[in-house]
Amino acid sequence: MSAIAADRVWKYFGDYPALRGATLEVPAGACVALLGRNGAGKTTLLRILANLSKPSKGEVTVFGESARDEKIRARIGYLGHGIGVYDDLSAFENLILFGQLMNVPDTKAAANAALERVGLTRVRDGFAREFSRGMRQRLAVARAFLHNPEILLLDEPFTSLDDRAIAVLHELLRDALAKGATIVMSTHQIREAMELATQVALLERGKIVHTGPRTPEMLADPGWLYRMYEEKPQ
Amino acid sequence: MRDKAIYILGILGTLLMIWNLHTIFVVLPGEAAQGQIGKMLFIHVPAAITAYSYYAVAVVCSIAFLVTKNFKYDSVAVSSIEVAQVFTLVNLVTGSLWGHVIWGIWWTWDLRLTSQFMCFMLYLGYLLMRPAIAEATQRATMSAILAIFAAADIPLVVMAIRLHNVRTQHPAPVLETGGVDATWWPPLATGYFVLMLIAAALVLVRLRQETVRREIDSLRRELHAM
Amino acid sequence: MKQGLLAALFIARKDLRTEFRTKEALNASVSFALVVLMLFSFAFDLGREEFYDISGGLLWLVYVFAGALIVNRSFIREVPNDCLDVLIASPMPPWALFLGKTIASFVLLLIVELISLPVYGLFNNLQWVHAFWPLFGVMTLATWGITITGVAFSAVTVNVRLRELMLPVLHYPLLIPLLVGAMQVSTALIKGEASDIMQELRIVIAFDLIFTSLALYLIEFILVG
Repeated sequence: MSAIAADRVWKYFGDYPALRGATLEVPAGACVALLGRNGAGKTTLLRILANLSKPSKGEVTVFGESARDEKIRARIGYLGHGIGVYDDLSAFENLILFGQLMNVPDTKAAANAALERVGLTRVRDGFAREFSRGMRQRLAVARAFLHNPEILLLDEPFTSLDDRAIAVLHELLRDALAKGATIVMSTHQIREAMELATQVALLERGKIVHTGPRTPEMLADPGWLYRMYEEKPQ
Repeated sequence: MRDKAIYILGILGTLLMIWNLHTIFVVLPGEAAQGQIGKMLFIHVPAAITAYSYYAVAVVCSIAFLVTKNFKYDSVAVSSIEVAQVFTLVNLVTGSLWGHVIWGIWWTWDLRLTSQFMCFMLYLGYLLMRPAIAEATQRATMSAILAIFAAADIPLVVMAIRLHNVRTQHPAPVLETGGVDATWWPPLATGYFVLMLIAAALVLVRLRQETVRREIDSLRRELHAM
Repeated sequence: MKQGLLAALFIARKDLRTEFRTKEALNASVSFALVVLMLFSFAFDLGREEFYDISGGLLWLVYVFAGALIVNRSFIREVPNDCLDVLIASPMPPWALFLGKTIASFVLLLIVELISLPVYGLFNNLQWVHAFWPLFGVMTLATWGITITGVAFSAVTVNVRLRELMLPVLHYPLLIPLLVGAMQVSTALIKGEASDIMQELRIVIAFDLIFTSLALYLIEFILVG
């Protein structure tokens, strides 16, 4: 049973199909780099997997159950374009709140542990709006990993992170993979992302046109996969 | 095929209307108390009932859209509401004119006029909100929700105004239609039928415009994505 | 279900905590209420006795205008940093999120109302203390109606252009039956003639029941779509 299975998913915005029968199967423990140009539908697909949007047609199952099931949602961690923390709450309060909402058993301990992992323990009582951008990003990462999710859905997570935040995220992702988590990460072939990836999937105009293992060529040459598909005759 | 339907409905409606007007003005005598102006009734009341019929169609289509996510329901809903608004306006204006001629007042907050005006206001919000939502699925969903909320409000409005008017000893409905002469019922019913036909033709015209617009929007997005 | 209610309380607490920290909406709302009260004093030049006839009506006008500032902000708070996405992706059911935010707005609006009431009485030399508890009861019922519909519309207009202009156009007409009932009951209570207000009260309660169930049921379509 795959960890995530999207079966012929269509998503219409009005009459425009952003996803046209996208099919993706992600085995448990894999780390998928979801590639594609802007407008290909990466964000749309991730949002559907994260239960932020319903597919117009097709089905998404996570661990064999509907992705919309409450218990499944508790096992998913989502990091989108926005950082997803409240400016007027302290770092600690933010994590307590999200811990409570994600059904984390001992929220105080979990929050403290998360803050330590991302290096924000010193500023745990500082308000998020006072943080620098890099600190805000680390707090966002802390929030996404707080409940030790078995599935991580990340939308261009490495884009516009500072080096400290990149290091923190890279380490957290590696540890999560070591513990058997499944990761789907959309990316513009940032090196750190490609290093972690075990599979790649290429989304083009709403369809998955390639899935397969991430090869050394892809790591060495960022545009390799895109060129493969561009040279194909129309 | 739809064009043909529009023409047929339109022509049929117009012919029937002419025939009905002939009956109303030439055949029927003036009403005892109000003279010829009493015949304003023949457009005032059917306009209201036509408007309510199409509001009802819109609400049903809104529910259908939420369930099926099929955009044709959204298109029918917005077309019906626009046409219903027009007929509500007709009702309000004829009511106002009638009131002025007979009783010297342009307006009164009696039960009927107030509830009609409330309907107009509630669905005006619907029409104002639609252009402010760029994305089509969201626009359709929010519109559907709004249409349902507005419909749920109408019975409460009627209850509240009725109670208010009793409490404040407001004059009874000025435009009372009780006690209408028996010979008036057939043209009244025909009048309703006529307006329903014309409304149907208008809804179909508007519906065609909606369909074309949806197609253009989707083509435009497709173009941008290339 | 119990998890949902608990989540709703967490959300309500979060909203109240952030609001009490900044007090932005509370301050703006109370200030606006005071300004409206002052404007009414200029607009109406009634004798003391005649004023009692419109006391309930004016009170609720103040409340509904000041309340708009509180209620409209409800879902807009979630837009910065895309917090709304995280909340919807969480296991919390959408109705719990909605209920939590409604409870928070309800508490905040009630606070504004309780602050405005004595000021209202003061400016207009109105005797209202004798009717405080029944008045408070009406305030609670009608404020719930205002907040549940207002927060629902706040969710609807999260992605709408010109949302500050939209909300009054959408929300106020809907509130009219509720306000008519609340105004009449309040006037009767203040005047001390509250013998037969059951019918108006019934409208307020009917409004609350109908729109609470409708909003809780439809909120999933609004948030997830």
